[in-house]
Amino acid sequence: MRQFVSENFLPVKIHIKEQPKTFERFKAQWTPTQLILDSEGVERHRMEGFFPLEDFLAQLELGLAKLSFQKLQYREAEKHFRSLCQTYPASGAAPEACYWAGVSAYKVTNKPEPLGEAAKLLKEKYPDSEWTRKASVWLH
Amino acid sequence: MAEINWLKDADAALAQAKTAQKPILLDFSAAPM
Repeated sequence: MRQFVSENFLPVKIHIKEQPKTFERFKAQWTPTQLILDSEGVERHRMEGFFPLEDFLAQLELGLAKLSFQKLQYREAEKHFRSLCQTYPASGAAPEACYWAGVSAYKVTNKPEPLGEAAKLLKEKYPDSEWTRKASVWLH
Repeated sequence: MAEINWLKDADAALAQAKTAQKPILLDFSAAPM
């Protein structure tokens, strides 16, 4: 975890008693809250509440994936989304990542097949997920 | 294993992120530091 954080982020810790105004500035209303900001300071992902280690690492990967996706870097986004799906399949973030991996692949190829594949995968592995319901429109 | 070198100044980190082209992980905590 330490290595992943240090390699991928500039880590900043703000304590509520020391910097309450920074909490207000970034609209942090609960602890722990973690934000992933891009290099321009734009918030790209928000995590609220405690996450067990595997879920926390999955959330960090999800944040990196969203960061790439929102910058239209779809190949990089797909890489992060798929890495999350494969490395942390039991995490709460996995179904969302599988969904967006399909979307990212579609954005790269402009072909519908990755959407269908994502929908099948979600139906098989996460039948009760809201992301499976969202992807159901891609099944033919 | 090396500890995470947590920064404590959000504005300094924002400036550093812009220069280094690196994202920021901003951790808001109430736990003892």
